Amino acid sequence: MNIVVYMKQTFNTEAKIVLDSNGKIEAKGVNLIINPYDEYAIEEGIRLKEKFGGEVTVVSLGESNVQAAMRTAMAMGADKGILISDPALENTDEWARAEILAKALSTIPFDIILAGRIAIDDCAGQIAIRLAEVLNVPSVGSVVKLEVSGTQATVTREIDGGTALVEVSLPAVITTTKGLNDPRYPSVAGIMKSKKKKLDVVTLADLGFSAADIAPKMNVQKHSIPSARKAGQKITGEAAYVAQELGRLLREEAKIL
Amino acid sequence: MAKGIWIIVEQRNAQIRKVSLELLSQGRKIADETGEPLVAVIIGHGIEGLATEVTAYGADKVIIIDDDKLSEYTTGSYTSVLNKVIREGEPQAVLLGNTALGKDLAPRLAHRLGVGLASDCTGMEIDATSFLSFIRPIYSGKAFAHLTSNVRPILATIRPNTFPVAEPDASRKAEIVKETATIDSNDLRAILKEVAIAASERPELTEASIIVSGGRGMKGQENFALLEQLADVIGGAVGSSRAAVDAGWRELKFQVGQTGKTVAPTLYIACGISGAIQHLAGMGSAKFIVAINKDPEANIFTVADYGIVGDLFEIVPLLTEEFKKLVG
Repeated sequence: MNIVVYMKQTFNTEAKIVLDSNGKIEAKGVNLIINPYDEYAIEEGIRLKEKFGGEVTVVSLGESNVQAAMRTAMAMGADKGILISDPALENTDEWARAEILAKALSTIPFDIILAGRIAIDDCAGQIAIRLAEVLNVPSVGSVVKLEVSGTQATVTREIDGGTALVEVSLPAVITTTKGLNDPRYPSVAGIMKSKKKKLDVVTLADLGFSAADIAPKMNVQKHSIPSARKAGQKITGEAAYVAQELGRLLREEAKIL
Repeated sequence: MAKGIWIIVEQRNAQIRKVSLELLSQGRKIADETGEPLVAVIIGHGIEGLATEVTAYGADKVIIIDDDKLSEYTTGSYTSVLNKVIREGEPQAVLLGNTALGKDLAPRLAHRLGVGLASDCTGMEIDATSFLSFIRPIYSGKAFAHLTSNVRPILATIRPNTFPVAEPDASRKAEIVKETATIDSNDLRAILKEVAIAASERPELTEASIIVSGGRGMKGQENFALLEQLADVIGGAVGSSRAAVDAGWRELKFQVGQTGKTVAPTLYIACGISGAIQHLAGMGSAKFIVAINKDPEANIFTVADYGIVGDLFEIVPLLTEEFKKLVG
């Protein structure tokens, strides 16, 4: 089975976000991790390989340091990687990134493409689904259970208030979410092996894109930081009084109840 | 020629989702200010009766696509029918709720239309040069991105609870247009077999205007009954922190935070939740936050509008009684 995992390196969930002098998100000094939702995709890809054979290719977009996250995926069990790295990626939108990824995958056979349902940095959740559209394959999002049988997959997807059971023909794009599996930690042997695995770094020119080809359709005008919430008032006293006072404040001050 | 602001109305069993009413209400305001017509698009089966309701909430025109093959949402069929009507109608902007359906449909639709998409917006304003501008949380609410697009149509999904629902006006009139669905075999490569909606009297977490949430301080699964009783008195949903999910006390779908649901209720009551940065990312845009925690140093108090240092097992039942009196 040919398995592709689209993954992303993101800030650690603990990271405090500040803007640099140009009004951009400051990346200096931030610990980087594999996007948590992509870990489920990597794990599921490796499990499919263990069950059906084949290989897992991880693909990512970003700066050179993304190789660290990709090596971790390889230490978990992915076989090879393609990193699309180019300074021009910085100003691309989801539309362009999906087009770029599709081009990079055009020479790679795949039965399934797995990706986290959302990245915790841009929180957009668009690229994997757009990728399915470019590649003209079906997609199923927010999957918590995946069973592959021949050229069909039966998946359970999270929807508001419940789940939906979907049958999808392969090849397909599946986005993964918490609950699908427990991602493994890389073993020492895995880490040693990962260093020798093939990781190609390609530029946009290598893929045949010019700057004009990838001009964004959605433009980020600026970034801002929400004004910090301030601690409000403490309600102190006997429990009975506290309950009564909170009720009064919610009714009279917050005008909720 | 103004081709309007289109709202993709989401319905389940011919019940319109609240977020769609929020979008119609806000869409009406933008329509009035910009002179653009407001168009509601309803897709499904047995949904023609909903035209009256969306008209009362402000639609000037209602496009109905009713087909038994559309009774349940699938990505392929909904993308195809919307792509067709949008290409024909050439709207300025198309807005969807950032629901499970919206999150799945909007990126695919945007790509088929060859346009951008502003996902999960919590702000939308009229823009002098680009018609609309959007604000969306990134880094799970730790920062915002401000977006505009000069490509038409502008697509955006809007987070539930971002805009209030206006009073319906039953005297409003709208043009009703019925469109037929064209679904090809390509749209049927993913087939919905079954939908399981957990029976619950409580509102969906992401749509609830009040959420009562519990964390590690709940000490056990059985104690969540206290929060359920409190929530039921005020029509709230019950959420939890990651700690309570990891401990196995609550199902994953109730988790609020950076790796769970992002919520924006009017009132969030955090019980026994310490307030880790990942949790605050998921609920920090609540209008009012109440925190009840034994530990006076708990981080949750730094964001709480009303903080109560004390034993939740003593205070929550008293609150339930107090709220019962107030709303009863």
